[in-house]
Amino acid sequence: MDIAFRLNGETVALRDVAPTVTLLDWLREERGLTGTKEGCNEGDCGACSVMVTDHSGARALNACILFLPQLNGKAVRTVEGVAAPDGTLHPVQRAMIDHHGSQCGFCTPGFIVSMATAHLNGATDHDVQLAGNLCRCTGYAPIIRAAEAAADQPIPEHMRDRSVSATEGLAAELDAPWVQPVDTDALATWYANHPDATLIAGATDVGLWVTKEFRDLGHVAFLNRCAGLRGINETDDGLRIGAMTTLTELEAAVAPLYPSFAKLIRRYGSVQVRNAATIGGNIANGSPIGDGPPALIALGATLHLRHDQTRRSMPLEAFFLDYGKQDRRPGEFVEAVTIPDQTNRLRCYKLSKRFDQDISAVCGCLSITVEDGAVSIARLVYGGMAGTPKRAQKAEAALIGTAWSETSVRAAMAALCDDFEPLSDMRASASYRLQTAQNMLLRYWYADQDTHVSALEVSP
Amino acid sequence: MSVTKPLPHDAARLHVTGEARYVDDIPTPKGTLHLAFGLSSAAAGTLKSMDLADVQAAPGVVAVMTAADLPFANDVSPSIHDEPLLATDKVHYVGQPLFLVAATSHLAARKAARLGKVQISETKPILDIEDALAQNSRFEDGPRIYGRGDVEAAIASAPHQISGQLVVGGQEHFYLEGQAALALPQEGGDMVVMSSTQHPTEIQHKVAEALGQPMHSVRVETRRMGGGFGGKESQGNALAVACAVVARETGRPCRMRYDRDDDMIITGKRHDFRIDYSVGFDDKGAIQGIDFTHYTRCGWAQDLSLPVADRAMLHADNAYYLPAVRITSHRLKTNMQSATAFRGFGGPQGMLGVERVMDHIAMHLGWDPLRVRKNNLYNTKASTGQQNRNTTPYGQKVEDFILPEMIDELVATSDYEKRRAAVAVWNSENLVLKRGIALTPVKFGISFTLTHLNQAGALVHVYQDGSIHLNHGGTEMGQGLFQKVAQVAAARFGVDVGQVKITATDTGKVPNTSATAASSGSDLNGMAVKAACDTIRSRMADLLTERHQCDRTDVIFKNGQVEVVDATYTFEEVAQMAYFARISLSATGFYKTPKLQWDRIKGKGRPFFYFAYGVAVTEVVIDTLTGENRILRADILHDVGASLNPGLDIGQIEGGYVQGSGWLTTEELVWDERGKLRTHAPSTYKIPACSDRPEIFNVALWDDQNREETIYRSKAVGEPPLMLGISAYAALCDAVQACGGHYADLQTPATAEAVFAAIQRARG
Repeated sequence: MDIAFRLNGETVALRDVAPTVTLLDWLREERGLTGTKEGCNEGDCGACSVMVTDHSGARALNACILFLPQLNGKAVRTVEGVAAPDGTLHPVQRAMIDHHGSQCGFCTPGFIVSMATAHLNGATDHDVQLAGNLCRCTGYAPIIRAAEAAADQPIPEHMRDRSVSATEGLAAELDAPWVQPVDTDALATWYANHPDATLIAGATDVGLWVTKEFRDLGHVAFLNRCAGLRGINETDDGLRIGAMTTLTELEAAVAPLYPSFAKLIRRYGSVQVRNAATIGGNIANGSPIGDGPPALIALGATLHLRHDQTRRSMPLEAFFLDYGKQDRRPGEFVEAVTIPDQTNRLRCYKLSKRFDQDISAVCGCLSITVEDGAVSIARLVYGGMAGTPKRAQKAEAALIGTAWSETSVRAAMAALCDDFEPLSDMRASASYRLQTAQNMLLRYWYADQDTHVSALEVSP
Repeated sequence: MSVTKPLPHDAARLHVTGEARYVDDIPTPKGTLHLAFGLSSAAAGTLKSMDLADVQAAPGVVAVMTAADLPFANDVSPSIHDEPLLATDKVHYVGQPLFLVAATSHLAARKAARLGKVQISETKPILDIEDALAQNSRFEDGPRIYGRGDVEAAIASAPHQISGQLVVGGQEHFYLEGQAALALPQEGGDMVVMSSTQHPTEIQHKVAEALGQPMHSVRVETRRMGGGFGGKESQGNALAVACAVVARETGRPCRMRYDRDDDMIITGKRHDFRIDYSVGFDDKGAIQGIDFTHYTRCGWAQDLSLPVADRAMLHADNAYYLPAVRITSHRLKTNMQSATAFRGFGGPQGMLGVERVMDHIAMHLGWDPLRVRKNNLYNTKASTGQQNRNTTPYGQKVEDFILPEMIDELVATSDYEKRRAAVAVWNSENLVLKRGIALTPVKFGISFTLTHLNQAGALVHVYQDGSIHLNHGGTEMGQGLFQKVAQVAAARFGVDVGQVKITATDTGKVPNTSATAASSGSDLNGMAVKAACDTIRSRMADLLTERHQCDRTDVIFKNGQVEVVDATYTFEEVAQMAYFARISLSATGFYKTPKLQWDRIKGKGRPFFYFAYGVAVTEVVIDTLTGENRILRADILHDVGASLNPGLDIGQIEGGYVQGSGWLTTEELVWDERGKLRTHAPSTYKIPACSDRPEIFNVALWDDQNREETIYRSKAVGEPPLMLGISAYAALCDAVQACGGHYADLQTPATAEAVFAAIQRARG
């Protein structure tokens, strides 16, 4: 299969591209562009950040878990392309020098690309924009000073990339090693015929199968050009979110409706990860510690699956059968998820060792509706507490119908012990998981009483 | 003058454009091979068999080697030859290299390395302190003990006694650039090695041994590292030796870099400790007698563990006078990665022990811990009739103890007293969230405790056009050493720093160097460069005094010019004049640190040339429902003597503080019961991210020069600031203690879970 994209302003056409060559390896090994660094090879450090521009704009992505076919029709800018063609430094480069923003310099190219992308997009929430770039030397303070100093400098014209025409979508011969369908019908047919194939959405997880586990993916379909899987629409049933909606897009869509969900997504991976990762992938992957499903289940979301021409829907919670096992037939894929309209009562609590870019030890997403002083609906959903994202049914039962009070909350906390038997691992012990899951209920109650419960809201 | 200016890092422009070259970025000749190790999956046992047929047959594989295939020495240890490059019969930890693969690409080598079929007859690994003690599994024949006085009597006769125990976590370096090396075979069996190392001479030495060649056959070059932090003092040996050996065998260039997971699984980390203490103190909290026992998990090989454990003992006092004291140190041999150097080199662990004691005493007395700290400080200005409290447990006098003044200044500038009162009020009004604040001091000894390492060399050339080429034994790992030393050279010649070029550290230019470690880089190399520059400058001055019939003192090098009584030349003109007069414009320089005298067995003497000081105040908030916490604000006052470059020095302080607070909070290493490290990638091992830095972060330099004759009276800055991060831990202790009246006993790393557990203890 062939692809075409733009690299630092020049068009690149590649023939017979293997599906699992990462952009990072290609840049460094084939193009000799060694400015982009490998720090972890799993999308957790940002040293390999590149800027990718397509019809939806420019965004930072991790090149180490980005496969070449995902770039088809797009424009890539690496650190080598951030300074102007005449060598004039970009404002963020100038500022990083002036503010002592680099020490060992190894993370610096990634920071420069993230900063230049944020600068192009006018984003000044620097802590969010740079949460996916690790630095071990500076303690970040000078980097943030540099970002602030560069913020109001003009955008260099060369940063405004335009994309190119992609090569054709679905390969003519169906046995091609990889395909890139442009519509859902074509995908559905192809996948029904290749039920053992691997579907790649954002590659933030599949990328690691390749870079760390050396898995052979077999036939591969890249979904990133599949228009029918994109988009968020208001429907009669609620907000319908296409499977290929990135977490970045989802965050923006849910922010006005369910702000706590948006704040949870803000802590999902990093900017680079959220720009690639999709809600469909987050669900289909079936991880017990994904942060999307607990919130969606708490909102009563419906999952839409498709196999060839057949579609079916189910409550999202029914999809997760057991650890590593979902109710998905061979050749069937996630098409969309719908959040029913409701009065917002959702609060999401993500607990992890590090605030940013960390996998949850416990992710509690709680929605408790109170009518006339009594609990009418309780949807208490936890990630990290069982082999799947799971509702705390006994705790829910303990709450429903009772007066909304600390006494009921404490009864539900007690009941929660019968809902879960969490594991101990490197992220947290079983007892800590259980106690904090209980306390999240208490936190919900306190929040309802306007008691200060957010350490984030404490100012120095 | 170029010294004291906050110039940017010498490679800053190269960093931000991506041009800065690291080992893996160096273009290599065609045919270069890429290496990977096959690793042990068992923590302890005997190697029964290795079937490497599948490895050999894997795509791209050119060579596979085991210990039996190595031509000469099979050893990469920096100390006692106990660390084979490839395992022979015994296996000592999960991740130990067993065989190596050379292939046509990095990926091919990594893939093939997983295909070995290895049979190991496993034995029960020694993992925890109790097992190691029970089996007397240790380095050295018994514990080292330093101290003075009748400790038992002093504790027993004191008005108050407490005892406790603190687990001090280890720490992964997480240098952003993983370990890497490149070997280029030369004619006649010579080898050139590019290595990401803090210690090129050590690489040269180990490669020469492995090739059966004298050291002169091996040249090692290090332009820069993508971070070191001590993790590249000895841990790069294996890669360089492997590359050199395969390059010798195949005649092809060889490159090796560890994938991040491999790097974390194979290489050593900061030593973790358990510190037991019992202490007797008076009604003012002043310590009368104290007994520390350090239990240190050193891992499977000795590496640098002895001097690390020694330094922990030498910092058990930190800033405090301990009248009667005993420090017992057990260096335990365990079936884990061989713990190694890490910024502070044991000092932070030792220091944390006594800071913990301060908090414990304060809790016992119900006082602000700052009061207890102040009442225990060294005192070098005793009034008449009083005795000076200025001798360390190892007998070195503390001569320039500036901490009382520094603490007073930081208490004022950080508004400590008012904020402490505000924290108390806030805590009384808030049910779920609690705040804590703490001030901790740092006194860190500067010099290698292995005295002979305190030497350095430099090589300086002045060319006919007046440009200056500079080389020294120090390596650049991001700390800005090259720029500081270039500033020294520019100052000596009175030229702009842009006229000075520092090239890669090269064992062919400056021989027999020490590791760039122990914060000594600019102290040692700055002085060596100064000596070399002054030699050339003297020759130039001699020429001019002769021509102008004046005194040496009449020749002044400044602003790019050389002034004599009746004439002014450009520096370039003088360089040319010297060349035509057939005067050598090249010189070496050498320096050795004075005043040192140390007996590490007795634990007596003067191991340190001087001390560097610092003080930090940190304020935190904790969530009592989960233990989640945040650093709200940090105020730092740090002593770098007369700064060579305040910009770079502040960078070291900010970065050191964040790295130190990360060590004590989110950075948790977890091994399972089989001895496998479970936190071997950034997905599971959490160094501070951007939002973890203090929201308000004030850093100031103490404005005074070093009392000792160091380079422009500056002080070392690499390691000391890391220990400012202890104030974040102490602030968390303060916050959890606000949750209840029982002793909270917060352990480290103070993860949210550890904080949560401490809150429950405080509540009783």
